[in-house]
Parts: sequence; C-alpha cells; structure tokens
Amino acid sequence: MADQARKLLEVQELTMDFGGLRAVDSVTLDVRVGEIVALIGPNGAGKTTFFNCVTGIYKPTRGQILVHPLNQKTQKINGFKPNRVTAMGMARTFQNIRLFQNMTVLENVMIGRHCRTTTNIIGVILRGKKARQQEQETIEKSYALLEKVGLVGFANEFAKNLPYGAQRRLEIARAMATDPILLLLDEPAAGMNPHETRALDELIVRIKDTENISILLIEHDMKLVMNISDRIYVMEYGKKIAHGTPQEIRNNPKVIEAYLGEGGDDA
Amino acid sequence: MSMISYLKSSLIAAVWFVFLTLPLMAVKVNTLKGTVEWRWLNLLWVGMATFILSAVWRWAMERRQMGSADAASDETEATRKVGLGQRLLEDPKLNRPIIGVVVVIALLMPWVSEMYQVTIWVFALIYVVLGLGLNITVGLAGLLDLGYVAFFGVGAYTYAILNTRFGLDFWVCLPIGGLTGALVGVLLGFPILRLRGDYLAIVTLGFGSIAKIVYENWEEVFNGAKGIEKISRPGFFGVQMDIDAATTFTYYLMLALVVFTIFITNRLKDSRIGRAWMALREDEIACVAMGVDMARTKLSAYALGAFWAGLVGVIFASQTTYINPASFDFMLSAIVLSIVVLGGMGSIVGVVIAALVLNLLPEYLRAFEDYRMLVFGAVMVLMMLFRPQGLISNVRKTYAHRKVEAEDVHG
Repeated sequence: MADQARKLLEVQELTMDFGGLRAVDSVTLDVRVGEIVALIGPNGAGKTTFFNCVTGIYKPTRGQILVHPLNQKTQKINGFKPNRVTAMGMARTFQNIRLFQNMTVLENVMIGRHCRTTTNIIGVILRGKKARQQEQETIEKSYALLEKVGLVGFANEFAKNLPYGAQRRLEIARAMATDPILLLLDEPAAGMNPHETRALDELIVRIKDTENISILLIEHDMKLVMNISDRIYVMEYGKKIAHGTPQEIRNNPKVIEAYLGEGGDDA
Repeated sequence: MSMISYLKSSLIAAVWFVFLTLPLMAVKVNTLKGTVEWRWLNLLWVGMATFILSAVWRWAMERRQMGSADAASDETEATRKVGLGQRLLEDPKLNRPIIGVVVVIALLMPWVSEMYQVTIWVFALIYVVLGLGLNITVGLAGLLDLGYVAFFGVGAYTYAILNTRFGLDFWVCLPIGGLTGALVGVLLGFPILRLRGDYLAIVTLGFGSIAKIVYENWEEVFNGAKGIEKISRPGFFGVQMDIDAATTFTYYLMLALVVFTIFITNRLKDSRIGRAWMALREDEIACVAMGVDMARTKLSAYALGAFWAGLVGVIFASQTTYINPASFDFMLSAIVLSIVVLGGMGSIVGVVIAALVLNLLPEYLRAFEDYRMLVFGAVMVLMMLFRPQGLISNVRKTYAHRKVEAEDVHG
C-alpha cells in the first residue's frame, strides 16, 4: 500500500508555554494513514497539553501543526478554533469523560453530526423536506455508530446513567460521528477493568481496520499500548525522549529510566 | 426514622421555639400601670404551630432522602418510572382532552369575564411568551441572563417611537420590534461570548440596568422618565374598536402568539440547533471539540431569546398605550427567570404553567397581598429543596429510526 506511508498529521517543533512553564518543548510527531500511534510518558509529561494544542483548545506558542487530508491540500491548523479542527477531520475524546450528561446517548452521538449537517435556523423552523432528510440521516448514522460500539440498547438513556466503560465507548462513538480521518483518544482505558480494556483494545483496532481511521492515543496501560500501536512516542517533562516501534521502546534505556527512575535496572 | 422520634424532635423544636419567643409573645409590659401581663395562650399557639410545622418538615425531608436513595440504588428503575407530568404530556389519550379543554376555556374567556380579568390574562400571556423566550437562552443554552427585561424594553420602545413619531402601524412594528430585540441580543452577545456562569449573570444584570438608565436619561429619544404616551392599540383592517373590544382583540392576538411561540420553540428544541444549545449547556469544551461553532450557537441563542422579548414588548406597549422606564426594571427579569426555573429548565409546558401560576395567583389572592413576597420566597425555597428540576423536568426525547419512522411518515 503506497498510501500507507502518507502522512496525515504532522506536528513540527510544537512548544507550549504557560507563563514561565514550558509544558511542551519542541515536540515533533507524525501520524500516517492507517496507523495507530501511541503517546506515552509519566504523569505531567505534557501529553494532554500536546493534545489540547493539536485539537485547538490551546493556541501553541511555537511550532506547526499540519493536516494533510485525503485529496485536499495541506492545512496549517495552529490557532484554529476546536470546531474547525474537528471539521478538518480530527476528533478527540477526553481524559476525564466529558459527555453531555443530561442528554440521551443517541443525542450525544447526534451532536457529533453537527459539523457535517447544514440545516440553519430558518430550515429548522420550516422543517422542509431537506431538513427532515438530513435529520433522519443523522439519526440513522448515529444508531449505526451506537451499534458499532455496542450501545444501541442504551440509546434513549441519559448519558449520565451509563456504566463507566460504556461512557468511554460513547465518547468514541460521539467522536466518530464527526467523520474523522484521525481519532485522538486521551487515555481511553483509564479506570477500566482488564476485561473492559481488552474489549476496548479490539474496538480501537476494529475502528482502524474497518472505518479507515488513523488513531493517535495517550495511554498509561502498557499492555494495551504495546499490543495495538504501530509506533510509540515517549514524552517526559515536555520533551520527546524516544520514538520507535513497541519493541524498540521496550528496550530503550531512556524510557526505562523515565518510568522507573535512575538506576531503574535494579528494580 | 420512626414516628416516635419525629414527635420527639418536633417536641424539642417546639419547646425551644416557645422559649425563644417567650419575651416577645408572652410578656407584655404595661408601662402606664407598671405591671407585667403574661399571655400564656399565645405561647400555646406558637408551640403547637412549631410542633406541626416541624413534624411535617421532617417527614418531607425524610421522604425526599428516601426518594434519592431509591434512585441511587436502582438507577434503571428510577429512570423508567415516568412522572405523572410526563405521562400527561406523552399519552395522547390523556393529553388530547386536556388540550381540548384548555383551548375551549382560552377561547371563551373574554366572553364570560369582565374586561379587568381579560387584561390580567393578557399580561399573563405576555409573561408566558417572555418565559418561553428566556427558556431558549437559559433553559436550553444554559446562558444565565439576568437582563432579559432590556430586550422587552427594546421592543416596547421601538414600537412606541415608531408609532408616535413616524406613525407606523402596529402590524409593521411587530416584526420590527422582534428583530430589533434580536439585533440587540446579538450586539450584547458579542462581548460576553467568553464569559460563563456567574460572570455572565453579572454582565447581563448590568446590561439590564444600563438599558433602563438609558431610557430614563436619553430624553431626546426615549422621552426620559415621563415616558411615551398615546401609543396606538393594534388595529384590525381599520375597524374602530373601543377599549373593551381592543383588549379582547389583544387577548386573542396574545393567544395566537403563545401558540406560535410554542410551535417555533418546540421545533427549535428538537433540532440540530436545539441539540447544539443543549450540548453547550452541558459542557462547553466538549461541545466545541465536537465541531459546534460556539460563537454562532451562543449568539443564535441570545438572538432568539431576545426576539420573543422584543415581539411581546411591542404588544405590551400597544396594550398599555403608555410606557415609561419604570416598567422595565430588574423585577421583571427576576420574575421571568423564576418562571423558567420553576417551570423546569428547557420544558415548554412547565414554563407555560409556571408563567400562568406566577402571574394569576397574586391577582386572585389579592386578599393576602401583604404576604405576597413572603409566600413567593417560601415557595421558591420549597421548590429548590424538593423539586430543583422544576415543575416538569426535562423530558427525554426519543428518536424513531428506520422502519418505525417510515411507517410514521406514511401513516
């Protein structure tokens, strides 16, 4: 596959300062088509800040974020509002689940369709044929997504009443509703039991294979990361300290030191 | 808690209260004669009243706690249990006759009651539309707006000025008033896009006050504290109407407007736009990250909320034929906001009921006028304790899909 090597997301020398604190220090990273890339590192390494820069929640101090959508010209998305980043095809989930609690599971997913639908206020009030068609399409697509993540049975429950693991899956479904080319998952397995983690592991691989969506994920669960990632980036104190295949990362002395402290080989 | 312990703790409360009020209620010093009068009977009343109130209060609190414990222990059961309110709304067998009765009463009202009553109802209906409008901004989009009265004033003054100075007709001014309200809503919306929660409330509160001060002090345009008089009542194809007929006409006009508002807000609520508003209310960051344009969504919520205020502002001015800045003070914002909160944020039926109750009850309980604010406050506190979600809580919307929907379309 020649397409395999094509870069989808290219981050160059990304730096993010909060006052005097440099949370992310010239990190370079790329994700290619059809890849699962993991970003790991100890707590406070700047992984989530990196995510927030890429998805437009923060405006990076320096560096470039380039998106190469299929059949479209490259876009530099620094300083884009989050909704425009999402419209570019980059959808994310959150470390601490951020669902719309008092909306139903289905409605949560339907929000994801917002940026792919166009009915405006006048259209909504008149509720013409086109508006109804679009609404119906939104419903169908959302149901289909719920089926994929196994939540159809909960479609009309309030999101806040879902069990924890299901809430995580709902976040993924909601992000997928935006028709992304790249899915950014921030600690999708946090707080899950081993059984749920395994199911998630399968879900992520299935999304990559069947939906043709590339994935960039932050994760602490090493087993999951080693199992599914094609490449891994390691961050510590805002800097990228290593990059490579799971095998390379496993044996990288710098990574071992970062995780276990100096003299880690004693442990 | 057992019955005995209720009674015991209530008894203690009663004794304590009797002790506290002893100097106030029982002892009466006659300064002329230099004697002390002891009114023991008063203490008996205080004790009994405290005892009963305390027992009822404890019982209610207990019940509430048991209710929430049930909900926590059996989540799915609690969510399946549909409240009476929701059942009345959703079951066509129940709600058709109710709607029928309401419509008949509403249509016949002006013919069976005096003009005074009709006027009261016109104002009540004005509040219904105001509540429904604010419900978009506060209930759906979650943008706490304490200066809603400003938009109402904008509509009223727009009509007053256009009518008295330029002789424009009511029917021309009605949409202009609404659109001016919406425009001012957008203008206000821009600077406060970044604010949320308390800060937003403070700024909108300030905006409401600023609007009133502008009406008061900009003599050339708004005629200052004197207000604007001789505003025309709504005409009907040039038919001459006396005050009675005009009021009845305004009543029907308001009735039609209420139906229209309910229709539009209902459509907005169950749509792409309405869902974006609700998502914004639930979680702003997640909402934006899911591709919703925050600026546009917030501004549209402000504009549509303000539109209805502007629209009924025009009708208000035409009904009273005289407006001055005093009509547009903070109390009105506060009442409309309480309508939304009492009715249940985001619930259309709840807001309609709350608006009618809050406006009509004081009118029909004139005998207890002195205690109006006291009762109002007590009701608010009780509502917040026992039913914080409002009279009718947010009803879950279900969406039909595939075959189900296809049948609906054909059938």
